[in-house]
Amino acid sequence: MSQIHVTTKINGDETEFLCEPEDTLLDVLRDRLGLTGAKEGCGTGDCGACSVTVDDRLVCSCLMLGAEAEGREIATIEGMADGEVLHPLQRKFIEHAALQCGICTPGILVAAKSLLENNPDPSEEEARYWLAGNLCRCTGYDKIIRAVMDAAAEMRGEIANDPDDSLRRAS
Amino acid sequence: MALDKQAETAKRQFKVVGTRPNRPDGIDKVTGRARFGADAVAPGMLTGRVLRSPHAHARIVKIDASRAAALSGVKAVVTRADFPEPPAHVADVLDNCMAGAKALYDGHAVAAVAAVSPAVARRALKLIEVEYEVLAHVTDVDEAMQPGAPVLHEGRTDETVPEGFSGNVISRCEFGHGDIEAGLAKADRVVERSFRTAATHQGYIEPHACLAQMGPDGQADLWCCTQGHYMVRNTCAAILGMEVGQLRVTASEIGGGFGGKTTVFLEPVALMLSKKAGRPVKMVMSREEVLRASGPTASTSIDVRIGMTKDGRITAGDAVLRYQGGAYPGSPVGMGSMSAFAPYDLENVRTVGFDVVSNRPKQAAYRAPGAPMAAFAVESVIDELAKSLGLDPLDVRIRNAAVEGTKSSYGPTYPAIGAKATFEAAKAHPHWSAPLGENQGRGVACGFWFNFGGDTCVTLNVNLDGTVSVSEGNPDIGGSRASMSMMAAEELGIPYEQVRTIIADTGSLGQNEVTDGSRVTFAVGLATIEAARQAIRVMCARAAKIWGIDEDAVVWEDGAAKPAGPNAGQFPPMSLAEIAAVASNTGGPIAGHCEVNAEGAGVSFATHIVDTEVDPETGAVKILRYTVIQDAGKAVHPDYVEGQFQGGAVQGIGWALNEEYIYGEDGRLQNPGFLDYRVPVASDLPMIDTVILEIPNPGHPYGVRGVGETSIVPPLAAVANAVSAAAGVRLTDLPMSPPKVQAAIQAARG
Ligand code: FES
Ligand code: FES
Repeated sequence: MSQIHVTTKINGDETEFLCEPEDTLLDVLRDRLGLTGAKEGCGTGDCGACSVTVDDRLVCSCLMLGAEAEGREIATIEGMADGEVLHPLQRKFIEHAALQCGICTPGILVAAKSLLENNPDPSEEEARYWLAGNLCRCTGYDKIIRAVMDAAAEMRGEIANDPDDSLRRAS
Repeated sequence: MALDKQAETAKRQFKVVGTRPNRPDGIDKVTGRARFGADAVAPGMLTGRVLRSPHAHARIVKIDASRAAALSGVKAVVTRADFPEPPAHVADVLDNCMAGAKALYDGHAVAAVAAVSPAVARRALKLIEVEYEVLAHVTDVDEAMQPGAPVLHEGRTDETVPEGFSGNVISRCEFGHGDIEAGLAKADRVVERSFRTAATHQGYIEPHACLAQMGPDGQADLWCCTQGHYMVRNTCAAILGMEVGQLRVTASEIGGGFGGKTTVFLEPVALMLSKKAGRPVKMVMSREEVLRASGPTASTSIDVRIGMTKDGRITAGDAVLRYQGGAYPGSPVGMGSMSAFAPYDLENVRTVGFDVVSNRPKQAAYRAPGAPMAAFAVESVIDELAKSLGLDPLDVRIRNAAVEGTKSSYGPTYPAIGAKATFEAAKAHPHWSAPLGENQGRGVACGFWFNFGGDTCVTLNVNLDGTVSVSEGNPDIGGSRASMSMMAAEELGIPYEQVRTIIADTGSLGQNEVTDGSRVTFAVGLATIEAARQAIRVMCARAAKIWGIDEDAVVWEDGAAKPAGPNAGQFPPMSLAEIAAVASNTGGPIAGHCEVNAEGAGVSFATHIVDTEVDPETGAVKILRYTVIQDAGKAVHPDYVEGQFQGGAVQGIGWALNEEYIYGEDGRLQNPGFLDYRVPVASDLPMIDTVILEIPNPGHPYGVRGVGETSIVPPLAAVANAVSAAAGVRLTDLPMSPPKVQAAIQAARG
C-alpha cells in the first residue's frame, strides 16, 4: 500500500507528511507529527476531545482523513498560546479551575476559541449549545462555562485583566 | 496513627489552605503538553491489540493463532496459555484480562497481538481462529439469581447464601439492629416499593492506555493511566510471576477514572506481549472496548420497606439489595447495604445484600461504589412517606438525622458528623422555597459516603534555595497536587509558589493505596503535613546548632526558626531558605517523610436539591436548577471541592436520566459508544450551585474530609423525587428515559 504525500499548514507552519490512506487527521497529528494535544476519546465524532480547526472551521479530527489536510490550514491546541503568553481562554480555564483531569481541555479550548471567533458575545445558552459536542466527565461544565463567559467578556474589553482575580474570589 | 495536637484544627487560622491558587499542572493541561496514557512513545514501539469474544458466554474449545503469528510484521501473539498459573488473589483479575476456559461476557479478551503497526495488528486479529462452544447466558440480576439460570462459575457460592438460589449468587450480607417488624407495627404508614437501576459506566474521556517494556533480564517498565500505579505494579507482578521490585510503574496524567481505573485490563497483556516480542508495546483501548470490556458499575434490584409515624419519625427501615457485578464476584452490594440508611438515627434497621454474577464485564468501582443505588431506593421511599403524610421532606430528614453518638445502621457509632447540618442548610437555602411552574417538580435527597485512608508515603525535600519538592504516590485526578503543595506551604509557613508536588514512580516511594475512597486529600494531605513537621524539626535542630542553643529552645513560626524561652530574641530568626542554604555545613540535606496507614477519614454527607420540568407529551426531563450542599470538613482548595460536588452531581444526573447499559437478547452490548451511551452534555444542564459546609474531621490535622465521592450519592434519588413530583407519579426504574417517564404518566392517567 503506498503512502500519500500531503502538504499543509499546521499552526502557521508549512508541514509535509506521509500517511496511509486510512489514517485520520487525528492519527497523523498524534502519531506522525507528535502533536498529542488533540486526544482520542471516542474516534467516532461523539466526544470532541480531538477538536481542531481546518480553515477556521471546527472539526473532529478523528472524522477527517489525514489526506484531506492537503492545502488546508490546521490549528490545534499547540498553536493556541502565543509563545509564553496564554490565550485568554487558557488563562481563564486555569483561574476558574475549569479542568479537573484535563483530558477534555484541549478540545474544549479549541471549540471555545472557535465559538468566540464566530460570536464574541455569546449567551450562556449559546455557549452551552456550541460546546454540547465536547464531553467533559469531571466538571459538570459549570466552571467551563464560567471560564468561557469570563474570557469572552475580557476579550470584548469589558473587564480589565485582573491578576488578583483568584485572590478576590477566595475572599 | 495519631498526629499530635489534632484538636487545634478547628480554630486554626489558615493562610494558604482555603485559598484558590492556580494549579501547578494548569499550563501543561491548557496547552496540550500534559502527557496522558496514550501520549507516550518509545523507540521501536509495537502496537498491541486485543481479540475479544463476540459471545456473552462460551467455552473456548481451541485457539489457533498460527496464521496470525506468521503474518509479516507480527512480533508476538499472547493467549491465556502464555501466563503462569496465577496466585489466588489475582486469579479472577487475570481471567478478566485474558479469558481461560470460558469467555464470560461480550468483549472478554481471548487473545492479543503485538505488531509493527496498527494496520498489521488489526489484520493479525482477523487471522486468529477461536473455536467457541456457545453457552446459555444471563445478564439480568433477578434472572441470574433464579434457580435454573445459566451459571457462570460452579462452586463459588459461599456459606452465607441460603437455599433456593442459582450458583450465580455468590454471597449474602446483612447489617442493622433492632426489630423490624416491631418497628413497622408502630408506624402510622408503611411504604414498600421495588426499584431497579441500570448499569452505568464511569465514562472517563481517556480510554485505558499503557506502554510496557520488559527486558530479557526480567526488569520491566510500565507507563499507564491508572488511579494507582502501586496497585498496577503489585497486580501485574503477581500475574506475571515477577518480583515486585523488578517492575517500575509510572503513572501518566490521568484523563478521568472515577473508580474505573482502580484495576488492570491491558497492563499484564502488554507486559507479556513485550516480554515475548522483546520490544516496547503500546496498547490503547477504543471507546467500544472501554464500554464492552472495562469495569462499569453494577445493575441492581432493590426492595425497600419503611415505616413512619404521623409526625415523621421513622420507626423501621428494611431493604433487600441485589447487585450483579458482572462476570466475577465482588459487586459493591456490601457498601450499598451499609450506606443505605447511614444518614439516619434508627432504632430498627436492616439491610440484606446479595452479590450476584452475570454475563457482563466485571464491575469496577464507580464513585461511592454501591451507594447511589441504595440511596435512590431509600430516599425515594422517605420522600413518598413524607409527602403522603403531608410533611416537609427536609423536616423529616432533620427529625431522623444521625448525629454525634448515633449508632449507625452499619455498626459504628458516629463522631462529629454533618448530616443534620446539610439538611438544615438545605432547608435554609433559597432554592428550597423558590416558586415552581407547571409540570415542574422539586426533589431533595441525602447521601452518605464512608471515605477511606490507607497506606500512604510522602517525601518532602527542602532544596538548597529554599524551595520545597514534595513527592507523593497518588495520581492527581482533579487537582490534588495543588492541595498537597498548599498543605505543605501552610505547615512550613512559606508561599504556595515555593512548593512543587510531583507524583513519584513506584521505585521512589513505599506502598501507596490507589487514588480512591476519597482518600487523597485526607491521607496524602495528612502524610504531607507530617513530612513537613518532620522537616521543621530538622530545621529547628539545625538552627539550634548554628546558634549553639538547645534544640528544644527553638520554635518554628511564619516560615522561620526562632529562638524561644530564655533565648527569645537573642538571635534573629532564620528563614527556611537561610537554613537550607547552609544545610551542607550543618549536617547535610534536609528532608521530611511520612509512611503511614492513615486512619480517621471522617464520613461525609451531602444533600442535593433539584428542580425538573417534565414534558408530559414526550416524557423528556429538563434539569432547571441544582444545588449541592456537602460537608467537606475543611476545603483545602475550594474551587476543586466545588468541582467535585458539581462533577458528581452531573454524573448522577446522567445515571438518573440517560445512561444505561443495554444488552440484547444475544447478550451483546447494544450501545458501546458515546452516541448511544449518552452522558450529560453542556446544553443539558444549568449551573450547579454549591454550598461547602465545614464540620472538621477530628481525624485530620486540618479537619479535612474526603469530598470526591459523596456527591454522586444523592442525585439519583433527588432527580427521581423531582421527576415524580413533576410527573405526578412515582418513578422507580432508572434511567428515567423519556419513554419510561411517558409510559408512567400514561399509566397513572389510566
Ligand atoms: S475522538 Fe474525535 S470526537 Fe471523540
Ligand atoms: S476535566 Fe476531565 S473530562 Fe473534562
